[in-house]
Amino acid sequence: MSQVMIKELVPRRELVDPGHLACPGCGAPLAMRLVLKELGEKTIVVLPACCWSIIAGPYPQSSLHVPLYHTAFETAAAVASGIRAALDVRGDTDTTVMAWAGDGGTFDIGLQALSGAAERNEDFLYVCYDNEAYMNTGIQRSSATPWGAWTTTTPRSQPQGTKKKDILSIMAAHRIPYAATACVSYPADLLEKVRKAKSIRGTRFLHILSPCPPGWKFSDEQSIEMGRKAVQNRIFPLMEVEDGIRWRFTMETDGDRVEPYIKAQGRFRHLTDEDMVRIQDEVNARWEYLERMVASSP
Amino acid sequence: MKKVIVGNHAVSLGVKLARVEVVSAYPITPQTQVVEMLSEMCASGELAARFIKVESEHSAMAACCGASAAGTRTFTASSSQGLALMHEMLHWAGNGRHPVVMANINRAMGPGWNVWTDQNDSLSQRDTGWIQLYCETNQEVLDTTIQAFKLAEAVDLPVMVILDAFYLSHTSEPVEIPDQDLVDEFLPRREARLKLDTSDPRSFGSLVRPEDYMEMRWDQQQAMTTALRMYEEIDADWKILTGRRWGAIEPYRMDDAELVLVTSGTVTSTAREVIDQRREDGEMIGLLKVKMFRPFPSAAIRRALRGVDRVAVLDRNVSPGHSGIFAEEIRAALYDVPPDDRPWLHGYVLGLGGRDVTPATIEEIIERAWAVDTPPREDLWVGLKT
Ligand SMILES: Cc1ncc(C[n+]2csc(CCOP(=O)(O)OP(=O)(O)O)c2C)c(N)n1
Ligand code: SF4
Ligand SMILES: [Mg+2]
Repeated sequence: MSQVMIKELVPRRELVDPGHLACPGCGAPLAMRLVLKELGEKTIVVLPACCWSIIAGPYPQSSLHVPLYHTAFETAAAVASGIRAALDVRGDTDTTVMAWAGDGGTFDIGLQALSGAAERNEDFLYVCYDNEAYMNTGIQRSSATPWGAWTTTTPRSQPQGTKKKDILSIMAAHRIPYAATACVSYPADLLEKVRKAKSIRGTRFLHILSPCPPGWKFSDEQSIEMGRKAVQNRIFPLMEVEDGIRWRFTMETDGDRVEPYIKAQGRFRHLTDEDMVRIQDEVNARWEYLERMVASSP
Repeated sequence: MKKVIVGNHAVSLGVKLARVEVVSAYPITPQTQVVEMLSEMCASGELAARFIKVESEHSAMAACCGASAAGTRTFTASSSQGLALMHEMLHWAGNGRHPVVMANINRAMGPGWNVWTDQNDSLSQRDTGWIQLYCETNQEVLDTTIQAFKLAEAVDLPVMVILDAFYLSHTSEPVEIPDQDLVDEFLPRREARLKLDTSDPRSFGSLVRPEDYMEMRWDQQQAMTTALRMYEEIDADWKILTGRRWGAIEPYRMDDAELVLVTSGTVTSTAREVIDQRREDGEMIGLLKVKMFRPFPSAAIRRALRGVDRVAVLDRNVSPGHSGIFAEEIRAALYDVPPDDRPWLHGYVLGLGGRDVTPATIEEIIERAWAVDTPPREDLWVGLKT
């Protein structure tokens, strides 16, 4: 996409201030910045414990220009349900309520509340920015950590031994009106999805891959490149699911080799050639599964 | 209008009269009737509230925090295991200064599973920043539920209205139901001082460094102090409108009493009967009912008990490894009374897990309290099988 087209696509308003507290090269503030550009001022953000609790800034400051409710780790979807109910009861149906949680707050400890809210089809947008570990507490594994990765609780001698949880399928199985993946490296695709999500009522779920230099062990300036490699090599396919049944890829990929992605990150440094084959097989299998879902969509 | 209703329905009717706007709750015995009736009311439109049927009590309290932060009048109800599951979010409501009102039906904690009454569930939540009001009758339950919203919103603190499992929750008593107009006058629609508002964007609950955190807790502490005074004012207003008031504490037949029983909840009614009888017989005996447990009305309790010979505190709860919890608090409050005027305090643990507290139980306590002639060293457990 050319520079000019991006400029036209991206709304000018800035609802995230540059003085936020993320590490250099962090994907998370970029994700928030893009999402809020699209959602606009009439948005209330619910933020459970995660890196963003820090990024948002300490009392009495805030790096956001929208109301923000910090909440306990596992409660984003429940608090968002409460805020939505309150707004509705008082006749405000056009403010968007957005829950914004990490992978830990979504895949793990917050999954129960999220499932409950999705089953009730609560009218809010739930965004999970996924940096594939508990970064706030110092890079511990989560169920979003990929197989083979080092974290501080999966040492190189015994790295992550489980597969990344398929959160998109879990959310699609709730038959919510909209579930999608996105990546900060593809702002046009991301903005398009937020625009679409904003226009829909009911539970909308957006899973954003958010590279983390200190957690994944790569240098700051490579974040966008890391996201591109994940998307282009089918490790993190960009897609959307409507009503849990209509699956669609939103971006073509130009490669299918995991190696360039895996080799670029220190968290995978210890992996052997066999490990690489195993990851490749895994990625191929999931890609085929997604192709089948797309092919069988009405 | 007078109606014969169970305590759980007294709660629901109070909630309806308070025109609650958001309810979020999860069922648990013996609270279920509260939420069933509210579901009916919301479904029929009798109560214009949103009822969020969450998947757990933890989420119920989380949703209440969100709805309250967004400026609405918010309610939930729970009991025992459900209340314990909420624990983290009880702190969130307390420290977050959300005026949520909750009814807690006192039920024993497991294991073993026990659905009957004792106070360990609510007392375990003592330090979460909630005002706690214990009730004796269904009339008091209904009145307190309405008062609770007024109090909560006046001081921006959450309030727990507490009633005994079965003895109140499932027992029918005649209750005077106030007119809606009267309640509307007493309790206008909530106008939050601060709320989540896109035209005035603010952050709630962000990271607070040591240089600011203590001031927030101090503000909360002051709000608790204000709540003590505020409750008496609210209660007085309620009396003007309805003729009824309850008091943070209620001294009963305490004139020249040498022995005073201290009770809370339905044990109070049983004790009243026994005391009435003994007063007839000329015994110098009285009763002090404690309704408000947080903020703790220490000064009022000191005034009431100063100069009394012996005080017997009846605790339907226990802090394992220490004593009955009301006894512990009252002992601490009385320490400030000069030694010559300071009563001996006898603690009695009774009625745990719904064990019956009969007039005979109370008689036994009174006999023991009169008989002891040195200050007792530890609580006595009453009604234990030998
Ligand atoms: C109940 C509870 N358990 C543990 C924590 C500690 N904690 C805070 S943030 C966090 C990890 C967050 O991970 P994630 O959701 O992936 O967000 P990230 O920090 O990676 O952005 C943990 C474990 C907590 N705040 N609350
Ligand atoms: S640890 Fe990672 S996710 Fe957290 S702020 Fe730093 S770069 Fe961002
Ligand atoms: Mg994470």
